[in-house]
Amino acid sequence: MSEEAKEPMDSTTPARTDTDQVAAAPADGGGWALWEVFVRSSRGLSHVHAGSLHAPDAAMALRNARDLYTRRNEGVSIWVVPADAIAASDPDAKGSFFESPQGKDYRHATYYTKSEGVKHL
Amino acid sequence: MGQNVPDQAARPADASDDDVAGEAYFDAVIAQDSRIEPRDWMPAAYRKTLLRQVSQHAHSEIIGMQPEANWITRAPSLKRKSILMAKVQDEAGHGLYLYSAAETLGMSRDEMTEQLIAGKARYSSIFNYPTVSWADMGAIGWLVDGAAICNQVPLCRASYGPYGRAMVRICKEESFHQRQGFEILLELANGTPGQKQMAQDAINRWYAPSLMMFGPPDDDSPNSKQSMAWNIKRFSNDELRSRFVGMIAEQVKVLGLTLPDPEVRFNDETQKWEHGPLDWDEFKDVLAGRGPCNAQRMERRRAAHEDGAWVREAATAYQAKQAAKQRARMEVAA
Amino acid sequence: MIPTGSQPSQARVGSLAVGAPEQSASATRITPGNALRPEDIALAAARGAAKPSQDVAEYALRLGDDGLILAQRLGHWISRAPELEEDVALGNIGLDQLGHARSFLTYAGSAWGKTEDDLAYFRREHEFRSAHLFEQPNGDFAVTIARQFVASHYQFELYRRLVHSTDETLAAIAAKAVKEVDYHRDHSVQWVLRLAGGTDESRRRMIAGLALIWPYVGELFVDDALTARLGDAAVVPSTLRADFDAVTGAVLAEAELDVPAVPPAVGGGREGRHSEHLGPLLAEMQVLAREFPGASW
Repeated sequence: MSEEAKEPMDSTTPARTDTDQVAAAPADGGGWALWEVFVRSSRGLSHVHAGSLHAPDAAMALRNARDLYTRRNEGVSIWVVPADAIAASDPDAKGSFFESPQGKDYRHATYYTKSEGVKHL
Repeated sequence: MGQNVPDQAARPADASDDDVAGEAYFDAVIAQDSRIEPRDWMPAAYRKTLLRQVSQHAHSEIIGMQPEANWITRAPSLKRKSILMAKVQDEAGHGLYLYSAAETLGMSRDEMTEQLIAGKARYSSIFNYPTVSWADMGAIGWLVDGAAICNQVPLCRASYGPYGRAMVRICKEESFHQRQGFEILLELANGTPGQKQMAQDAINRWYAPSLMMFGPPDDDSPNSKQSMAWNIKRFSNDELRSRFVGMIAEQVKVLGLTLPDPEVRFNDETQKWEHGPLDWDEFKDVLAGRGPCNAQRMERRRAAHEDGAWVREAATAYQAKQAAKQRARMEVAA
Repeated sequence: MIPTGSQPSQARVGSLAVGAPEQSASATRITPGNALRPEDIALAAARGAAKPSQDVAEYALRLGDDGLILAQRLGHWISRAPELEEDVALGNIGLDQLGHARSFLTYAGSAWGKTEDDLAYFRREHEFRSAHLFEQPNGDFAVTIARQFVASHYQFELYRRLVHSTDETLAAIAAKAVKEVDYHRDHSVQWVLRLAGGTDESRRRMIAGLALIWPYVGELFVDDALTARLGDAAVVPSTLRADFDAVTGAVLAEAELDVPAVPPAVGGGREGRHSEHLGPLLAEMQVLAREFPGASW
């Protein structure tokens, strides 16, 4: 779905969700595949994970996301991603994976205390 | 993010070192009142308890659509029709959020639906009562949604991340559900004598079942203690029930109506609200399938699911054909 | 009791004045939005700022009845749809239609000192002005999609022209409705393609659904004395037909479906001659309101 508001005033072509995106997301068994939904709540902000839904393909996933996650003006833009296309860090390795930045407080402004109180710094 | 990234399958039996480390980590997270996320190690009993609770909660939202949907086509004003449609639609959404949360625990929505229509899963027994008058739309909003909100607000802090997040969204959206119910009753209470009688009658019928929504008394609720130790539950059944009775005892005065319970009172000693005895035998009967509408509710859910099978299959087949076409195009291009 | 994050006090003062931008991204920030509501029309009518002529009111009644009857039909789907996501989608479409109906009926009623509810609940069957298409029963999902396919493409062509109406209120209602109906078109197109190109069974049902619905297409484009008198305040129905045929034809061609070769039904809804389906629908819709005439809800 385009981020720009679409003017629906031209009927020479049927308005529709982009069907080129009908791909990916194989369904498991008879049910529809699972999608993760990300919503931008207003311009200038990031997309944030809103939740999940089921849909047979990307076009329908976008439609369902619009109907489900923006019923109360929650968003101006939506991303949908097949749940199984997301690669995630290994939860069992959380110790070592995220250890390195711990203790490197010189990366943060608060480390530099001697210059505290100097204006515009 | 990525809450539904497929979880690792059941751990091999020889992974006991991992289990020990996992359990220590799990216990530490719970002790810090932090959140467990889908791919974290968790005790099998924690997973099972949550899966049961979250899926029951989802089923309740979905079955709970029916008693209200019963009145969409007969709503007595167009404004009320809009509100009721939006509310029942919200409940579909809430069921959907909750099924998604439950799916992160390793069971697909299809499996949960199969369990429900096979009669193997439970849902809130209150939805097995019939909606026989328009005032029931008011009583459901005020009492049933009111009780649900009392239950759900603490669940926003449940230790399982996806469940808590689903509850945050649901609580935000439900803030209008209770108010619209109260206003339906308020209109009726200030209307003709017939309307007022309709409102009182609905309160009389929904009062006790709504109190029983909080679950059995604490001394008869064996799972509560463990759920509280795991930070899934934050308050006991009786605590929440007492709090709810206090709220509606005041609110009913605004309606100029009464609760059908002469024993409702504030106990100065315990500083808690008390109510008369509840018929827990009836509760267990309805839960066990002997309520007025159990069979009807299940049949409707089963019919919707089965009648819709050809539609779901069509969309899946279409996707497969389109994907095959796209692959063929790419091969030609390559 | 529950923080909602909504800002109702600021919400209706225009899109450029809806407060400072938010500080952090959120997936659950909710607002009531800012659009024309039936209550606004009732208020304008009460103040005398918007008063339709008899002819405009008659015309608004037609459009309102179409939306109302369709919303009544769609309302029945909620809790019965093929998948939960579709419960929500059909619910949204039904709510949009009901919103349009309430605006048109409120405006129409202001010519005769009647409210939207007076018109919805206390008119008799022959006083309704809905076209037969909207009265058709839901059938299976394919029949509902076929009805949506025709209804949404007709309404889109109508409303995108009605935004230029010389009647300001009709134009304003159309401006809100056309954006929503555009989305209804997309919904129906997506499903026509999927049902036609899905399984053998779904294709069979889609073809049967279109055949069942297509006889009621013709009535939508019939001109009469009222639309002739209204001139630039309304849209002449017959002028919509070419675009309707072109757009729906393109979708059906993509779905490898033929335009159903069925004779048109007689119609007559605009004069109060209805299908057999409207009576039971009204009986159900009106039963409670009529039990308590004059009551407030």
